[in-house]
Amino acid sequence: MNHNDPTPFLRIEGVHKFYGADHILRGIDLSVRRGEVVCILGRSGSGKSTLLRTVNALEPITAGRVILDGSLIGYIEKGGCLYHLPAEELARQRARIGMVFQHFNLFPHMTVLENITMAPQLVLKQTRKAAEAQAMELLEKVGLADKAYAYPASLSGGQQQRVAIARALAMRPELILFDEPTSALDPELVGEVLGVMRQLASEGMTMLIVTHELRFARDVSHKVVLMHEGRVAESGPTSKVMSAPRTPAAKTFFSTLT
Amino acid sequence: MDTDKMRELAVVVPHKYWGRRVAACLLILIVAFAGYSVATNPRFEWNVVGEYLFHPDILSGMVVTIELTVLAMVIGTVGAVMLALMRLSGNPVLVIASSAYTWFFRGTPQLVQIIFWGFLGALYPRIFLGIPGTDIVFFDAPTNAVIGAYVAALLGLGLNEAAYASEIVRAGIQSVNPGQVEAAQSLGLTPSRAMVKIVLPQAMLVVVPPLGNEVIGMLKTTSLVSVIAGRDLLTNAQAIYNNTYQIIPLLIVASIWYLVMTSVLSVLQVQLERRFAKGARRPENPFVSLFRAGALRRLQHRAILNDRLANPLSYGIGEAK
Repeated sequence: MNHNDPTPFLRIEGVHKFYGADHILRGIDLSVRRGEVVCILGRSGSGKSTLLRTVNALEPITAGRVILDGSLIGYIEKGGCLYHLPAEELARQRARIGMVFQHFNLFPHMTVLENITMAPQLVLKQTRKAAEAQAMELLEKVGLADKAYAYPASLSGGQQQRVAIARALAMRPELILFDEPTSALDPELVGEVLGVMRQLASEGMTMLIVTHELRFARDVSHKVVLMHEGRVAESGPTSKVMSAPRTPAAKTFFSTLT
Repeated sequence: MDTDKMRELAVVVPHKYWGRRVAACLLILIVAFAGYSVATNPRFEWNVVGEYLFHPDILSGMVVTIELTVLAMVIGTVGAVMLALMRLSGNPVLVIASSAYTWFFRGTPQLVQIIFWGFLGALYPRIFLGIPGTDIVFFDAPTNAVIGAYVAALLGLGLNEAAYASEIVRAGIQSVNPGQVEAAQSLGLTPSRAMVKIVLPQAMLVVVPPLGNEVIGMLKTTSLVSVIAGRDLLTNAQAIYNNTYQIIPLLIVASIWYLVMTSVLSVLQVQLERRFAKGARRPENPFVSLFRAGALRRLQHRAILNDRLANPLSYGIGEAK
């Protein structure tokens, strides 16, 4: 896990996305190295969440490539065109990519422990015992070991989001996507979730984060990408982009929000 | 708690709704008069009701009614899930086919459908399955040998039920937040596994109450198969009164058993709903809260007193007495 490794781990090349006639993503290029933490910033409607969701093909694209560790995600290239992968192969690819959602999306009919152990047992074929031992370790890590047998509805938003992070980690992902992980939380609960994310970053996890938390982006991310009207307005090392933005879109964004 | 303390606390007495109490008393009176009249009217022939209540033909008819209900609901539910998945598939042909099925079976009388299946032999004397244009035949038999009254009754009930239940299943599936499927897929579950593990168990919460109503409705709808001699509870009751002319008492016998069976189903339905409500917050049983209301009030009053004892400084800060 060395983010000085020059070859990108995740590469997004010329991705376009339409919703009907609306051109949502207009040729996105982006690369993330192993161990790197990259924040995607931008106003709502700029396409940042859509971009994040193309990385594990939750969002089908119109054109372009998403390449993780050398293999095309979601599609197979034949004669210059991309065709959808069979469901089983796509599922196998997604198992390597964790995702944390704005609204947590915990499974309400399962306990916290079942939420975390379901996929490792079903997809990675772990034994129940191994999956539960791992889940307890992860719950310890996010500070919720005492909630293993609770149902999600009885947890606060911050606790639910920390369980969601533990659930993603249980699949031992090589990359985790965070889609506005603190936007649905009450202000006093934001800190506990960001704390867990900070810890993951310090452990060298590769993270791609859509967020409105500029201070967090400045403190934690190696690189920021500013989206504006479906394009990358500016991207580069965090300190450079945030303290001395070059493009007009970036200048307005950082001047109004900091 | 004694009255002095209650006065000191300025305890609020629960409001009494006099209009509702009067209405309740009137209702009790009416029910009592009606009950008395039914019990004492000799033309109800309660002795005959008692005589036939456990008649072997009545009991065997009940078994057939239960069988028909269970099997028709199985056919109906399996068909309903298929129709709902077709409806939600996004493929225009599948969507239209599913809608057309529902339109047809909901739009024609159930009784007509049952009669149709019963007289299928008149329309198609033989049933065979083969490859058209070749001599290959997998199956060939006279219709009446394959589709007797029992099978016709099952088809008539089950295929109609599928149309109604498909709307229930569809509503259940659509009630599950799409984020649930996304979360499941992001964990590496295929769409079909996500459906089975994540969507359907949650859809059950929405599906079970109306589907329970469907089962109860089906139990009574099975009585329609008496038109094709289905040997069910009502058919057998009719067979008896056709000989004895004791029509009212035998219909009462049948109704008593229908009531018993639907009551059992209602209890089962409540149990099922509890089972699938795992993880969901649910309101307290109204009967329990009715009986607990007084105890709860006393608990609240005691809590106020205890709180005052524990935090004397926070009381009486505003105005001095």
